Amino acid sequence: MSAKTFLLDGQPVSFVDGQTIMDAALAAGVYIPHLCHLPGYRPQGSCKLCTVDIGGRRGAACTNAAVENVDVKCETQELNADRRSLLQMLFVEGNHFCPSCEKSGNCALQAVAYRVGMRDPHFPHFYPAHDMDASHPEVLLDRNRCILCELCVRASRDVDGKNVFAISGRGMRARLIVNASSGRLADTPLAAGDRAMTVCPTGALLTKRQGFSVPIGRRTYDLKPIGTTAPARETQHG
Amino acid sequence: MADRKVRIATTSLAGCFGCHMSILDIDEALFDLLERVEFDRSPLTDIKHCGPCDLGIIEGGVCNAENVHVLKEFRRNCKVLVALGACAISGGIPAMRNNIPLRACFQEVYEYEPGTLGHHLPNDPELPLPFDKVHPINEVVHVDYFLPGCPPPAEAILRFVGDLLAGRTPAIDPHLLHYD
Ligand code: SF4
Ligand code: SF4
Ligand code: FES
Repeated sequence: MSAKTFLLDGQPVSFVDGQTIMDAALAAGVYIPHLCHLPGYRPQGSCKLCTVDIGGRRGAACTNAAVENVDVKCETQELNADRRSLLQMLFVEGNHFCPSCEKSGNCALQAVAYRVGMRDPHFPHFYPAHDMDASHPEVLLDRNRCILCELCVRASRDVDGKNVFAISGRGMRARLIVNASSGRLADTPLAAGDRAMTVCPTGALLTKRQGFSVPIGRRTYDLKPIGTTAPARETQHG
Repeated sequence: MADRKVRIATTSLAGCFGCHMSILDIDEALFDLLERVEFDRSPLTDIKHCGPCDLGIIEGGVCNAENVHVLKEFRRNCKVLVALGACAISGGIPAMRNNIPLRACFQEVYEYEPGTLGHHLPNDPELPLPFDKVHPINEVVHVDYFLPGCPPPAEAILRFVGDLLAGRTPAIDPHLLHYD
C-alpha cells in the first residue's frame, strides 16, 4: 500500500497530496459537519463548523491539507459543543422561523443543528431586517436566512459563468448583493435551473412555486439525518 | 415524597395553544400522568394565579406587558421552568412582526382593514400594552430547559416530562428533535 493516510477519529483515511482533510474524508464516505463547503468548490472557511482537532491544534478541515499520519479528531464532545454555539450564532443572526420556511426538512443549516442537538438559540435574537428580493419571476432571495456561505457566489461565478452574486459590506453589515446596476435579481441572467440555486444550504435562495411540495416525513433530512447519506457522491449537502 | 404529587403549572403567552394541544396529544397517557401530578394554574384548570410548583411549562413568546407579569409569576413559583415550542424559544412565527413598526401593524388591522368598526386603535387601560417586538421567554427570565418544535411532538413532551419527574436530565430522542 503506497497510499498515504491520516487518522480521522481513529479510522485511517487515505488521501492524495494536496487534498484537504474535508475532501479526503468526504471521498472516503466519512462526514465532517460543514455548511460553506461542497466538493469541487474552492474552500471558503467561513462557517467554521468543520473545525477539527489536527494533531492537537484546531483548524478548518475544509482549508487544511491532509498530512500523513496526523491524528485528526472530529466527533468530540468539545468540538460538537462549539459547533452548537456556532449554529446558535447563525440562528440568532438571521430570522430562522423554520415553522414557515419552505426549506424546512431540506435545509442543511437546520439538519446540522439537529445533528449536534441544538435545542435553543441561547443568544439574544438580532431579528435583522434585511431586504428580500422577489423581483425575479422564478427565484426568491430572502437575505434574512442567508448565512453568507458564498456557495451561490462561487457556483454562479465558477460553474454557471454568470457571476450573479457577491458579498458586500463589512462585519455585521455584510450581506449578499446582486450584481446588477439595479441590485435586483430580475435584472440578472439568473435562471431557476442554475447551479447557484441548488447549492444554497438554507432557505435564502428559493425557487418560486415549489414550496411545501414534499410531504413531511419524506423530506431530505426526514429520511436520513445529515451525514448519514453517502457523502462521497455529495453534490448538495448531506 | 411518594405520596406528594408533583405540581405542574402551564400557560400560553404569545402562543397559539398548539403546544397545549400537543400536550393533550399524549392521549390516554394523560391518565397515568394524573396519577403522579396535579395541575396548578393552567388553561386546563380554573386556578387564577400560579402557586408554588415543581414544574412550569410555558408556551408562546412574550409580546405584551401581561405576558411579562405572568412569566415572572411562573418563574417566582416554579422550581423548573420549561420553554415549550418554537414561540417560547425564539419568538416563533409571531416574531415575524418584529420588522414591521407596531403602529403600522395596528393601523392595518384596526383602521384600514375593511369592515373594522370604529376605525381607531384600542386604547382601554384594561388592555395590556403590546411590545414593539416579540421576544423569546429566556430574554426575560432564566429558563431551565427547552423543548423545540412547532409544536413539539406529544411523544417528546411525554418523554421530557417523564424524565423530569424521575429526576433525570430531560432527553429528546434525535428523531423527535425538530424546529418545525
Ligand atoms: S433556512 Fe433552514 S434554518 Fe433557516 S428558517 Fe429555513 S429551514 Fe429553518
Ligand atoms: S444565499 Fe444561500 S448560498 Fe448564497 S451565501 Fe446565502 S446561504 Fe450561502
Ligand atoms: S465547511 Fe469548513 S469552514 Fe465551512
